[in-house]
Amino acid sequence: MSILVSKDTRLIVQGFTGSQGTLHSEQSIQYGTNIVGGVTPGKGGQEHLNKPVFNSVEEAVVEVDPNASIIFVPAKFCKDSILEAAEAGIKLIVCITEGIPTLDMLEVKNHIDNIGARLIGPNCPGVITPGEAKLGIMPGNIHKPGSIGIISRSGTLTYEAVKQTTDLGFGQSSCVGIGGDPIPGSSFIDMLKLFEADDQTEAIVMVGEIGGTAEEAAAEYIKNNIKKPVISYIAGQTAPEGKRMGHAGAIIAGGKGTAKDKIEKLTKCGVHVADNLVSIGSKVAEVLGR
Amino acid sequence: MNLHEYQGKLLFAEYDLPVSNGKIIFKAEDAIDACNEIGGLKWVVKAQVHAGGRGKAGGVKLIDDPKEAVEFSKKWLGNRLVTYQTDKDGQVVNSILIEECTDISSELYLSAVIDRESQKVVFIGSSEGGVNIEDVAKNSPEKIIYQGIEHKDLSLSIKAENIAEVLKLNDDQTKQFIPMIDNLYRLFIEKDLSLLEINPLVINANGDLHCLDAKINIDSNALFRQPELLKMYDETQEDPQEAEAAKNDLSYVSLEGNIGCMVNGAGLAMGTMDTIKFFGGNPANFLDVGGTATQERVAKAFKIILRDPDVKVVLVNIFGGIVRCDLIAEGVLAAIKEVDVTIPVVVRLEGNNAELGAKILSKADIEIESINDLADAAKKAVELAE
Repeated sequence: MSILVSKDTRLIVQGFTGSQGTLHSEQSIQYGTNIVGGVTPGKGGQEHLNKPVFNSVEEAVVEVDPNASIIFVPAKFCKDSILEAAEAGIKLIVCITEGIPTLDMLEVKNHIDNIGARLIGPNCPGVITPGEAKLGIMPGNIHKPGSIGIISRSGTLTYEAVKQTTDLGFGQSSCVGIGGDPIPGSSFIDMLKLFEADDQTEAIVMVGEIGGTAEEAAAEYIKNNIKKPVISYIAGQTAPEGKRMGHAGAIIAGGKGTAKDKIEKLTKCGVHVADNLVSIGSKVAEVLGR
Repeated sequence: MNLHEYQGKLLFAEYDLPVSNGKIIFKAEDAIDACNEIGGLKWVVKAQVHAGGRGKAGGVKLIDDPKEAVEFSKKWLGNRLVTYQTDKDGQVVNSILIEECTDISSELYLSAVIDRESQKVVFIGSSEGGVNIEDVAKNSPEKIIYQGIEHKDLSLSIKAENIAEVLKLNDDQTKQFIPMIDNLYRLFIEKDLSLLEINPLVINANGDLHCLDAKINIDSNALFRQPELLKMYDETQEDPQEAEAAKNDLSYVSLEGNIGCMVNGAGLAMGTMDTIKFFGGNPANFLDVGGTATQERVAKAFKIILRDPDVKVVLVNIFGGIVRCDLIAEGVLAAIKEVDVTIPVVVRLEGNNAELGAKILSKADIEIESINDLADAAKKAVELAE
């Protein structure tokens, strides 16, 4: 088992024929992901990477019956692309694009919650179930099928956590980048629920960062609902207040969202916090007694 | 992106919000004309910078003679105002807002933000204005209301009344306040704001509501559809290195230490800073060179990092995901040559073709330490910076 994506995932790519869409679709296909087609308005009827291209998600749904979509369209069109996928009945939507206006995301989140679709991202590396399906821009080769579930707000930090757990022989059940934006489609808690219910997942690594209170909310949820061990790392312990650290959501505002507060809360709620980026893997080994 | 008070008030006026009659001047000699055009016997002169705490720092003054406006303008224009919200160098003053004087009977607080937790636009109101709202939140939380607004909210006026109650407005003031909230919400949505703050919102001697200050932040991601607001961007209020980085599409934040950092990915960039600190060093900056660390971007990043005279060593930390480390290594070498880097550089490459990348770096003629393990690389950088 795994979460969100597997060999049964039938993926379409929105923004299929663009440079990013092409590059990452090629890599995903190479990894073994079942891409059943793509969407680029105006290019319907063509073939790209030996897969059919459709004008709309609705058309793709009729023709190739996808159950997931990944979005590579520019930020200003993302709101429409996400809503299009949700309204066409796609239940899992992964949006990689960075730079979507926050008010667009407020509207999107509200809408997809009502429809009952799940959005991962935006501004994220995507989702991977090692050995089965790769919906995203992460390097496939550092992953290994295994027992650790990984959730992260940052792309490259996910890779660090993956690399360390692969090197120590644990491997990953699934890895989810929920993204670095202030209004993410899915939260830590949404993913914790899935990993808790997944048989293959033995322990969960949660990589957080400064800004907002998502880690604090997750800590409270873990205390009351998660029985599996959770290992965490929080980035931004040296970040100054009031400055945006790259990610739109990574900002300490009004004294809220500091790494210190998050680490204290997580520790209080029984989460095993790695004191350093380089010791995420060894913390997992320590907690699992291996 | 931040706006100046006078720019914020232009937006307020556009949305029928009550602001003072005022003039913005960029030259001291225009001060007397401005006062005369505004009329009256008393004026307020306000230095325009992107920071709060201006009053205590001497950047706001009540005057009753237009000559004082000239004096004030001469004193501040072209000089830097240091407040508790700025760094030690302060912010340069390029314009002065001159306004008619408002007689204040009480000061209130009103703001709107996008609340990440409830995923709504939330208005924050308090009967205590003109002070730091964080202090009110800490000391007397009962004086603050947080009122979430739904998308296309049908009960906006009820919610406005809820806020009015906490602000202790009388019936007449509440009648003014309800359309005010409606206008502020429209302004927030239509102009893609991320923060709107009126501190203080005052009740004047006539008992009417009046916006005495205006602080506005615009969502940078939405500037593509706000061309009018983009014109209000004031580069002089930004850290020069940060502004230069932003022009080159790099995320950069300057810090106090002496170890320059160049990293791909925002999370890893923060993680790298933390790792340096963990091993006893101090990062000089946050810098995300982006997912595709090409030679061009790496060269630009080096240039920006090296402008900081405190930097004694540069730590490059790249997790080659889709991009290959050997290509990055070649880019780093070419960039070092192009920029003529003379201080030691520690490079940590991980991911695709990391070994090949390390081999390429080892052939360089300048001092490059190529270390695959992040902890060792950070330790080395700390050692070289001492």
